[in-house]
Amino acid sequence: MQTAIRFDPLRLPPETAKLREEVRAFLAEEAALGTFDPNLGLRNSGYDRDFSRRVGGRGWIGMTWPKQYGGSERSYLDRYVVTEEMRAVAAPTWSHFVADRQSGPVILKYGTDEMKEEILPAICRGELCFAIGMSEPNSGSDLFAASTKAEREGSHYRVNGTKVWTSNAHRAEYMIALLRTSPATKENRRHGLTQFLVNMSLPGIKVKPIGQMPGYSDFNEVHLEDVMVPADHVLGEVDGAWKQATAELAYERSGPERFLETFYVLVALIRAMGSEPDLRASEGVGRLVAQLHTLRRMSVSVAGMLQAGREPVLEASIVKDLGTVWEQALPARARDLAAFAKPDLTNQADFEDLVEFATLVAPKLTIQGGTTEVLRGIIARGLGLR
Amino acid sequence: MSDPNDDADQSMGDSIIRDTTARIFADLADPQALNAAPNDRWKAPLWQALEEAGLTLAWVSEENGGAGADLADGFDILRVSGQYAAPVAIAETLLAGYFLDVAGIKCPSGPLTVAPVRLGDTLTCDDNGTISGIARAVPHVRDARAIVVIAEREADQVIALMAPGALGIADRQADMGGERADVTFDNVYPVEMAPVPEGWHADTANLFGAAVRAVQMTGALESVLELSVQYAGERVAFGRPIGKFQAVQHNLARLGGEVAAALAASGSAADTLARSTEFNEALLLEIASAKIRVGEAANDGAAIAHQVHGAIGWTAEHVLQRYTRRLWGWRDDFGAESHWAVMLGDMVTEAGADALWPMIAAR
Repeated sequence: MQTAIRFDPLRLPPETAKLREEVRAFLAEEAALGTFDPNLGLRNSGYDRDFSRRVGGRGWIGMTWPKQYGGSERSYLDRYVVTEEMRAVAAPTWSHFVADRQSGPVILKYGTDEMKEEILPAICRGELCFAIGMSEPNSGSDLFAASTKAEREGSHYRVNGTKVWTSNAHRAEYMIALLRTSPATKENRRHGLTQFLVNMSLPGIKVKPIGQMPGYSDFNEVHLEDVMVPADHVLGEVDGAWKQATAELAYERSGPERFLETFYVLVALIRAMGSEPDLRASEGVGRLVAQLHTLRRMSVSVAGMLQAGREPVLEASIVKDLGTVWEQALPARARDLAAFAKPDLTNQADFEDLVEFATLVAPKLTIQGGTTEVLRGIIARGLGLR
Repeated sequence: MSDPNDDADQSMGDSIIRDTTARIFADLADPQALNAAPNDRWKAPLWQALEEAGLTLAWVSEENGGAGADLADGFDILRVSGQYAAPVAIAETLLAGYFLDVAGIKCPSGPLTVAPVRLGDTLTCDDNGTISGIARAVPHVRDARAIVVIAEREADQVIALMAPGALGIADRQADMGGERADVTFDNVYPVEMAPVPEGWHADTANLFGAAVRAVQMTGALESVLELSVQYAGERVAFGRPIGKFQAVQHNLARLGGEVAAALAASGSAADTLARSTEFNEALLLEIASAKIRVGEAANDGAAIAHQVHGAIGWTAEHVLQRYTRRLWGWRDDFGAESHWAVMLGDMVTEAGADALWPMIAAR
């Protein structure tokens, strides 16, 4: 009666320890320079081109990719270490993170040689920002309802439609967009969608920022009007994008960014409680740390399976479900636990400010990159219920 | 350890001990058959098979008459025993054997148990060498050939082998599985006794016990998930199997998540203990986290499983209760979630905010 779910107790190999030290030293240096404040978490601006260039200079973007394209052919577990160290201090990785995690690997797998030679090294240098054009006004979780059209005209596709909630579109050089090249068929409603590399400087693209609850606006509406995309910018199979998503999702869903988004609130809570917390706070912190440790062990385990060439789609979905629900609940839990902290604590005001901001960010965590509901559907399928 | 893939494949690979244990339990302790059995006649052959395979003394060294298996092998046995709702004192015997072995006391054959299992219960060893105190909810005590006791002395702890004859044994009202009874020790002389070995920490016995229970609970949760998924596929309501309803699917997905967390947390803790039994920050983080997280998984997981099963799962004739009773009982052994959470919380707050991430990332 052993379950099909696997989470082997994988440890990061000892040789990653040196890399971790290097990343920590780099981040300490950056913090000292004022690039970001490790105590401010999401209060920091996440976007910093210069920082991304310096990360690229260290060889920490696209580090698993072939050397021929600017990578350093390091293991996926090395990348894991870099990612988690950056996340733990909320370093400003937004400019390069999407390209590093998703867009680059898609180009590596499906792009033309020309594309790979031109774009991948620039990603590795931290020079390129990518956006993901998935959602539309009438297509969110139901991706296969996407209707932004790409119609073949000679050597190009003519693209018309609107993408929405597109993070960083106002800054990105490129967007990887999911576009409709054919209608869905009766037999397969997932048929007819194709992934494209879209250069954001093409005529006909208008980007309109959307203000968000916490007060910033990193996501956008992207209007595409008669945008002519070269036909060789198709990524993968025409009409067959649905076949390409599965394995990539495991990378996207199981990383440390899926439970560390509000981690700084826990750090701030511990700081606010001091070394002699009341019993209630002690217990609460203990439970939070137990869950954090468990989530990380799960996430590392999935990273090990990915490195070994497996496709742990079920496990990755579980990590994102548990991780995002936890990081979302963390601000409210921290608020509860700090309720009886001594009011004379000097950092009380800072703590409250951090919790309030995290509270405003929290709702998105279980929506972006696959909602809780979608994930539970995938998990149910993995358990054999669908 | 240099190549993480080797490591992953190793732990995924076949284990002879695991397979042997699974075969014995499948043949002689099918939970459904045991649940329907009119008496305990299944017990002796099951124990005999486990004993003959050398599984019961896995954690006793060869010089003390045991199998001298690795701690990791023992945890494999325990996970399987949980998958079969451990109808006999296999975990207690493994643990008792380990304690006796480190104390240099020869381990008797037959089922053993350990006391105390509930935090807050203290057994003391007096100057005259007798043991006194009350240990609540000791499992399988009526089957046990001997009880291995951790008792407090003024300056240290002792490990004592006790004969059950001289003890007061009182059954408990609620049956939480594992045939538990409250045991009174009233100035009882042990059969044999030795001080705990050097390097033994006051919490070492509880850490071991907590790791053992976390692994067993994980096995039980695996079966609870399988039972629930299977039932949801069979039970028809409103014209279709209830597993086709999204509300039920999402509940089962949550149960899957809880089982996954239990697997990861207890697997990691057992792996840590198997590599080194030295008491340190890492060991406390791993085992406390496992006992907390698996306990939480047992709470939420058992509730979902019962909800999915409906009324039939709440009956004595259904096998689900063999698992959920034990899950609830095991939660409270060797420190409940709250206990370990306070210990872990104290450790973390004392180390300070900036020490948290390095501690997590070091695992």
